[in-house]
Amino acid sequence: MTGMQRETLFEIEQVVFSYDQKNLALNGVSLEIFAGERLAILGSNGSGKSTLLKLMDGLYFAQQGEIRYRGTRLTSELLNQENFAFGFRRAVSLVFQDSDVQLFSPSVWDEVAFAPLQLDLAPAEVEARVAEALGGLNITTLRDRAPHRLSGGEKKKVAIASVLSLRPEIWLLDEPTAGLDPRSQSWLIDFIQERWRQGNTIVTATHDLDVLDDIADRVIVFNEMHRVEAMGTVAEILSDEELLVRCNLAHRHRHYHFDDVVHEHHHLHQGEHQHTHLE
Amino acid sequence: MAKSNNAIAGAVERTLAEVTASIENNIFAEEMTHKPGMLQGLDPRAKILMFLALLLAISLSRSLPVLLGLYIFSLLLAWLSQVPLGFFIKRVWLFMPFFTGIIAIPALFSFITPGNPLLVLWSNPLLVITDRGVMTAAFLLLRVGASVSMGILLVLTTPWNALLKALSVLRVPKVFILTLGMTYRYIYLLLHTANDMFLARKSRIVGRMDSAGERRWIAASMGGLLSRSFDLSNDVYLAMLSRGYRGEARVAHTFAFTTRDWLWTAVALAVAVVAIYLGR
Repeated sequence: MTGMQRETLFEIEQVVFSYDQKNLALNGVSLEIFAGERLAILGSNGSGKSTLLKLMDGLYFAQQGEIRYRGTRLTSELLNQENFAFGFRRAVSLVFQDSDVQLFSPSVWDEVAFAPLQLDLAPAEVEARVAEALGGLNITTLRDRAPHRLSGGEKKKVAIASVLSLRPEIWLLDEPTAGLDPRSQSWLIDFIQERWRQGNTIVTATHDLDVLDDIADRVIVFNEMHRVEAMGTVAEILSDEELLVRCNLAHRHRHYHFDDVVHEHHHLHQGEHQHTHLE
Repeated sequence: MAKSNNAIAGAVERTLAEVTASIENNIFAEEMTHKPGMLQGLDPRAKILMFLALLLAISLSRSLPVLLGLYIFSLLLAWLSQVPLGFFIKRVWLFMPFFTGIIAIPALFSFITPGNPLLVLWSNPLLVITDRGVMTAAFLLLRVGASVSMGILLVLTTPWNALLKALSVLRVPKVFILTLGMTYRYIYLLLHTANDMFLARKSRIVGRMDSAGERRWIAASMGGLLSRSFDLSNDVYLAMLSRGYRGEARVAHTFAFTTRDWLWTAVALAVAVVAIYLGR
């Protein structure tokens, strides 16, 4: 099944956004996101990936252009309408890059219960969802702990559980593997794959080429001018080394060999470095 | 001079590190809340009612023996709750000279509290400690000491999240509770950030800066930290909005009042009523 045959969840058209009215964070970005797909938004630091996720989550709004969610334009007025906001917040969830930002409640239980409570679910339902989310991520033993006392990997799990308790259809993940140890990274990739197999749509902002193949089928590449530079499958994007170098996702470096020969390579920061000698 | 500058710079670093460690150990570590003591086993709402009644009695009492009795009652509660008495007494009285002492000490003297002279410290100008001054200072210290003891006992025996939930159940405005909870949580984070900033600077300098340089660096760091805390507050607000926050946080609790809760609430209320009556 191709993307075009699926329901279009987000239509992003010529979106411009700036935090300070001087420097653009997004500069005419256009793309579509389809139901059930795994999409990676690839870009270097500061290219606008996180900002785009916040706009898609209805936390900020396009200053020019527009973002439509299931055909409806996202505006602050719309998000202030309870009927729409309830449906939207239950369906779309953002996992922030910095777990400390996301974990503001006094205990893990309260953190995971926060979203269902705000969306007026019945107490018994809240209790059941929290138990399900904690059990599903194997962190039931943490339920009474203070989130700020947890390790980085545990914090990430609790941040994910705090969203999982909403049972969202659309996951927006901002640099989910950043700062995680290999075991936590591996767990997170398995988790993303499992959500996708269950029919969820996964949009991941990352600059980690190493995990791309595991978390995405389609890739959007942002350049350092805060625009979309390219779109394609993971294989297409990873094979275009010039594109990756141009967008600051790979770099050239030099090796000095014993025989005084200098070799220059593209360095993609993947598990297996592709050391192609340049002529 | 250089030696004194070094001493000041060293003191600033040590103070920040010690403040961080002290807050982390004493406030954020909730070891005592999990001990199988009397107060730990009570419903947080019962404890809040008990301590409110006792605090009211302390505020209204005009008798030193009654205040002393209420303070001893707090020690009894601490003992029943397996709070080490030495630790508990030190925690209350160690900071008393710095805060209440500043107010209580001037009250000893005749120029603030006239009365019969007890001790002449200076004859010209006259500086005399009076009997009424001693009584006023003793009242103040004992009243504050007993009140702080009750407050600390409540916090030591109740997990922070349970305390906040109990406050919300008792109709304290939710925005106040949410702010309190987040302040508690993010002070921890900002203190760590401040400590990291000190360490990062330490790793990049050889020797010590002079005190003017230290002051400039501290001012710049405070500005940086303030800016970070603004960014953090904005991001936290976004994270809350993202999960459905609409200006009023909803909280859930699973508290249940048992016979023991009723019994201890009644005991505390009775003690408070008797103390108010005797201390009129």
